[in-house]
Amino acid sequence: MILYIVRRVINYVILTVIASCGAYMLASATMNPAFPLEQRHPRPPQSTIDSLLDSWGVNPQVPLIERTATWFLGTLHGDFGIGVNNHPVADALFSRAGVSLQLLIVGSILGAVLGVILGVWGAVRQYRASDQFVTYGSYFLIAMPTYVLAYVLMLIAIFVNNVLGFHLLAFVGPYSADQPAGFFPQLWDRLTHIILPTLVLTLGAAASYSRYQRSAMLDVLGSDYIRTARAKGLKRGRALVRHGVRVALIPMSTYFAYSFGLLVTGATILEIVFSWHGMGELSVISIQKEDVNSIAGSTFFVAVLILCSSTLSEILNAALDPRVRR
Amino acid sequence: MMSELVLAQGEPVEGPTPQTPPGRHGSRAAIIWRTLRTNARFWVGASLLAVLIVWAIAGPFLWPWRSVDQDTDWLLAPPMAGHWFGTDELGHDVYAQVMSGLGISLTVGFIGGLLATALAAVIGAFAGYIGGAGDAIITWMVNLLLVIPTFFILIICYPFFRGSSYWIIALFFGLTGWMITSQVIRAQTRALRERDYVRAARFMGFPPFTVVRRHIIPNVASLLIVDAALGIGGVILAETTLSIFGFGIQPPAVSLGGLIFDGSSSATTRPWLFMFPGFTLVAILFSLNLLGDALRDAIDPTSGANRG
Repeated sequence: MILYIVRRVINYVILTVIASCGAYMLASATMNPAFPLEQRHPRPPQSTIDSLLDSWGVNPQVPLIERTATWFLGTLHGDFGIGVNNHPVADALFSRAGVSLQLLIVGSILGAVLGVILGVWGAVRQYRASDQFVTYGSYFLIAMPTYVLAYVLMLIAIFVNNVLGFHLLAFVGPYSADQPAGFFPQLWDRLTHIILPTLVLTLGAAASYSRYQRSAMLDVLGSDYIRTARAKGLKRGRALVRHGVRVALIPMSTYFAYSFGLLVTGATILEIVFSWHGMGELSVISIQKEDVNSIAGSTFFVAVLILCSSTLSEILNAALDPRVRR
Repeated sequence: MMSELVLAQGEPVEGPTPQTPPGRHGSRAAIIWRTLRTNARFWVGASLLAVLIVWAIAGPFLWPWRSVDQDTDWLLAPPMAGHWFGTDELGHDVYAQVMSGLGISLTVGFIGGLLATALAAVIGAFAGYIGGAGDAIITWMVNLLLVIPTFFILIICYPFFRGSSYWIIALFFGLTGWMITSQVIRAQTRALRERDYVRAARFMGFPPFTVVRRHIIPNVASLLIVDAALGIGGVILAETTLSIFGFGIQPPAVSLGGLIFDGSSSATTRPWLFMFPGFTLVAILFSLNLLGDALRDAIDPTSGANRG
C-alpha cells in the first residue's frame, strides 16, 4: 500500500512541477511586465526598464525557456523572484499562505463532514419530508454562487448586528484593526471575523458533497451485504455505519480531490469580498499589475495545495478500500 | 422499490407506441420520457428555464427602457412603478440591464457548455477507443490541466482575450471546460470497446473515426445530454466569477456577472443593484441543475433515483 501511495505521489509531484512551469510560461507569454513601468510619468528610460526587468527575471528579451528554467531552479530553494513592487514574492507567499490556509482548512473539513452527514441522512430517509428539504436546500445552495451567498449572508449579519445592538459578526479582514489585549479577547475577535467567510465556504461545499454522498449511499443501501449484516443481527445504525457509510465514502474520496480546486476558487472570491489579504487576492492583484512572478508563485501555491489534497484523498481511499491496498 | 415501479410502468412502452416510430431508439426515448414526466424536478427546472429564456428574448420588447438608456430624473432610485428593479447611479434601468445581461449570460453558457461537451465527447471517445500511447498522452495532459483550477488558467489567459467580444470568451470557456467529462467518456468508451458489435465493426476494417461516430458516440449520448445541461450552468457561473474580478465580458455588453460586480460595492446599502441580477443568476443555475439532475435520473440506469 505504501508503495502504491508513493507511486501516486511521485506522479502528482511531476504533474505539479510541469503544471507550475506551464503556468509560468503561459503568464510570461500573455503578460507584459514592462507595462506598469511604461505607464509611469515621466516614463523611465528604456535602459532603466530593462535593468529592472532583468533584476526581476522577467525581461521578455531573454528566451522563455531560459526564464522558466531560472524561475524553476529558484523555486527549489525558496526563491520565487521579485514582484513588481520590488519585494521578493516568497515573502508575500509566506505571509499570505497562512491567511488562505486558515479559511481553506476549516472550510473544507467542515464542508466535507457536514456534506457526508447530510448525504447519509438524506439517503437513509429517502423521499421523506426531511430528505426533500435537504435536497431542495442543497440545490438552491449549489445554484448560489459564492459571492452572492457571501453578500446575502453579509446582509443577514448586518440585520443580526442591528437586532443585537452590537457587532457580533464582522466582515472586514481576518481580525480587527485595533486588536484587543489578552489571549481570549483576541481569540474571540478572530472568531467573529472567521464565522461568515467560513460559513459561506462550508455551506457551498456541504451542499454539493451531500448530493454525491446521498447518491453513493443509495447505491450501497440496496446492496446484499447490508441485508446480510442486518440478518447477522447487527443493529441498523451499526450496519449502516460500518458497512454502509464506509463503502459509500470510497467514491467520495476521489470527488474530494476533484472538488478541492473549486474550493480554492471559492476561497479566492471570499478573500476579495471579505478583504482578507490571502493568496487569492494576490493572484487577482498580480494579474491587474501584470506581475508574472507573483501570479506564478500563487499558482504554484494552488498546485501544491491540490497535490496535498490529492495525496490525502489517495490515502483516504486506500484506508477505506482494501482492494487498493493490495 | 422505485425502480420496480418505474419498470412496471415502462414495460408496455417497449413495443410500438402510437406517438413514436417503432425501433429501439424510439422506445428508449419513450421510456426516458415516461420517467421524466413523473419527475417534479424536471417540470420545475424546465419551466423555470423556459420562462427565463422567453424573458430574455421577448422581455426587452415589452419594456420602455433599454439597457443603455439613462433616466436622469431618477438616479439610484429604489424599485418603484416606472423602474421595477430600480436604477443605478447613472440612471440605467436595472430591469432592462438584467434582461440584457441574462441574454448574454445564456448565450455564453450555451456556446461554451455545448462546445465543452462536444470536445469532451470527441477527445474522451478517441482516447478510450484508440488506447495505447495516444490514450496515455491524452489522459496525462488532462491530469496536468486538472492540477491548476480552470479559474487560474482563465485569469492567466486574460490578457489574450481582453477586449474581445463575448463570443470569443464563450469559445474560451468551451476550450477549458471539457477535462473531467472527457475522463468519464473515456472510461465508458473503454467498456464499450470490447462489445461484440464494436469489435465486429473494428475487424470489418472500419476506421476509428467511423466506429466512434456510429457506435461509441450514440451509446454515450445520454451522458452527454446530462453533461451539457450541467455544463451550461457551469460556464455561466465561471463567466460570472471572472466578471466579479473584472476579467469577464467588458462593456458595452454586460453579463449578469458584470451587473453583480457593479452592484456588489454597494450591496449592503443599495441591495437592489446587487440582489436582482444576483437572484436572476441563481434562478438560471437552479433551473439548469434541476433539469440536468432529472435527466440523469431518467437516462442513467445507475444513478441514485433508479435504485433503492
